[in-house]
Amino acid sequence: MASELLYQRDVYGKTLVELGKQDENIVVLDADLSGSTRTVLFAREFPERFFNFGIAEQNMMATAAGLASCGKKVFASTFAMFATGRAWDQVRNSICYSDMNVKIVATHAGITVGPDGATHQALEDIALMRVIPNMRVIVPCDGPQTRDAVIAAANIPGPVYVRLGRSKIATIENKGTFTFGKAEILTKGTDIAIFSCGIMTKIALDALALLSQEGISCSLINIHTIKPLDVLAVEESAKDKKGIIVCEEHSTTGGLGCAVSEVLSRLGMGVAMLRIGVRNKFGQSGDHDELLKKYNLSTEDIVTAAKKLLLKK
Amino acid sequence: MNSAQLGEKAKQMRRSIIKMLEKAGSGHPGGSLSSTDIVTCLFFNVMKHDPRNPKWPDRDRFHLSKGHCAPIIYSVLAESGYFPKEELNHLRKLGALLQGHPDVNIPGIDVASGSLGQGLSVALGMALAGKMDKKEYRVYCLLGDGEIQEGNIWEAAMACAHYKVDNICAVLDFNGFQIDGRVSDVMAIDPVVEKWKSFGWNVISIDGHDIEQILAAFAQARKIKGKPTIIIAKTIKGKDVSFMENVVDFHGRAPTKEEALIALKELANGE
Repeated sequence: MASELLYQRDVYGKTLVELGKQDENIVVLDADLSGSTRTVLFAREFPERFFNFGIAEQNMMATAAGLASCGKKVFASTFAMFATGRAWDQVRNSICYSDMNVKIVATHAGITVGPDGATHQALEDIALMRVIPNMRVIVPCDGPQTRDAVIAAANIPGPVYVRLGRSKIATIENKGTFTFGKAEILTKGTDIAIFSCGIMTKIALDALALLSQEGISCSLINIHTIKPLDVLAVEESAKDKKGIIVCEEHSTTGGLGCAVSEVLSRLGMGVAMLRIGVRNKFGQSGDHDELLKKYNLSTEDIVTAAKKLLLKK
Repeated sequence: MNSAQLGEKAKQMRRSIIKMLEKAGSGHPGGSLSSTDIVTCLFFNVMKHDPRNPKWPDRDRFHLSKGHCAPIIYSVLAESGYFPKEELNHLRKLGALLQGHPDVNIPGIDVASGSLGQGLSVALGMALAGKMDKKEYRVYCLLGDGEIQEGNIWEAAMACAHYKVDNICAVLDFNGFQIDGRVSDVMAIDPVVEKWKSFGWNVISIDGHDIEQILAAFAQARKIKGKPTIIIAKTIKGKDVSFMENVVDFHGRAPTKEEALIALKELANGE
């Protein structure tokens, strides 16, 4: 079910060019990382609609609000760490409070940023963006879904956060049509429901294959839109299961796991739940796969969690 | 409006500020009164705007970066006809149009402000959009002197010069005080003129209470091409209310009923 390897950020850059051709109102901003975020592709095509702010993310975000107030559709990009951390106040007060039409598409999110280490590994960005009123949060799982997410973001009036990774990831086939706010049920099973986002969806898919060999039947739900969350899909998928697992390349505090547990507790669903995510820790340098293992985000960790859930029953 | 009329209008705006703050029971009179002459000149002489059409695409923009001085912008907006003056009686009350700091539900406000240091960037965005769309409008942005301690201001200052936004005219309300005391004691910002010049700005220094000087500065700024302009306006915190002038306590405290009566007497017409 998974094939072609793509950089989400390459897809992002190409999609921006595509959108830029259709809509001359689109303006793209970056903060000295246009080569890495791939906004450089748009910059080359539409230099008059691209602004580099240098290493000054706060200025970039508040300027985005000013541009949007004059009718521009603004895409602002940098690494997730700086987009959501350094400039949080500007995102909250200048962009979201005024409901400005600004899309923050951040790359290099999560632990798999790799060798750059903890200062560059955003593990809190979903939480930081999810908590702000008016903000929507999309975490696409692969290259093609990145295109869908960026196009969806462009068509939603108001602020949207799109979270992308650094590494190449495998494309997941047969996901069906992307609909903003609607979770994708990739596989239906009977024992356990696994909810995932971003790169964890492919990892969960691999876990599913191993589990099915052992006769454990799992549903896999790709939650690309974390806010607004598809409450019905969570409820339906968690219902009648022996347990659920939520997988995210993010802190276990404040991200997808929290969003799912908020729904379950509101509905009074007492289903056992295990979390795959980074637990109250900073990351460190290492390569992609080493870090996924070290921080318990690997296929094996999901398999172990599933077995643990079944033992509990 | 001529200079004499603008002077009278400013006095009226100061009375409005005192009244609304007394009713609100909290808020920031000091910086609202120090910037009254500047903002009055902008709205009743300098700026192209249409209160009946607040979203007119060709309007000049005004962004109050020092959002806590909301009373001055609320006064001029109400006086211009953006919303009924009755709203001024409900400032800072639950469910009221006029929030403690400006937001976009208020006709005439384009982007919220209040968290200091962001406004010059917002103005830059408006200026860049104007350039892209080949619009003639100008963007005015009022900064506080304490506010320029924020790093974001200097990021924006650098970017405004880099992008040569000569359609921006910032005004620094240089009243010398911030909430914890004298700006020079809390965190010195001098030399202000040299700082802005070295960041690539055209700098005009004026007395921020002299209507002729204010109008001349805005006219001069309009002629400068290729770089942004900042008007460094030397002002008096709490201007024209004797017991508020240069009194740090009135940075962020509303007058009592008794204080308001005295202030309104001092600000009465014909004095």
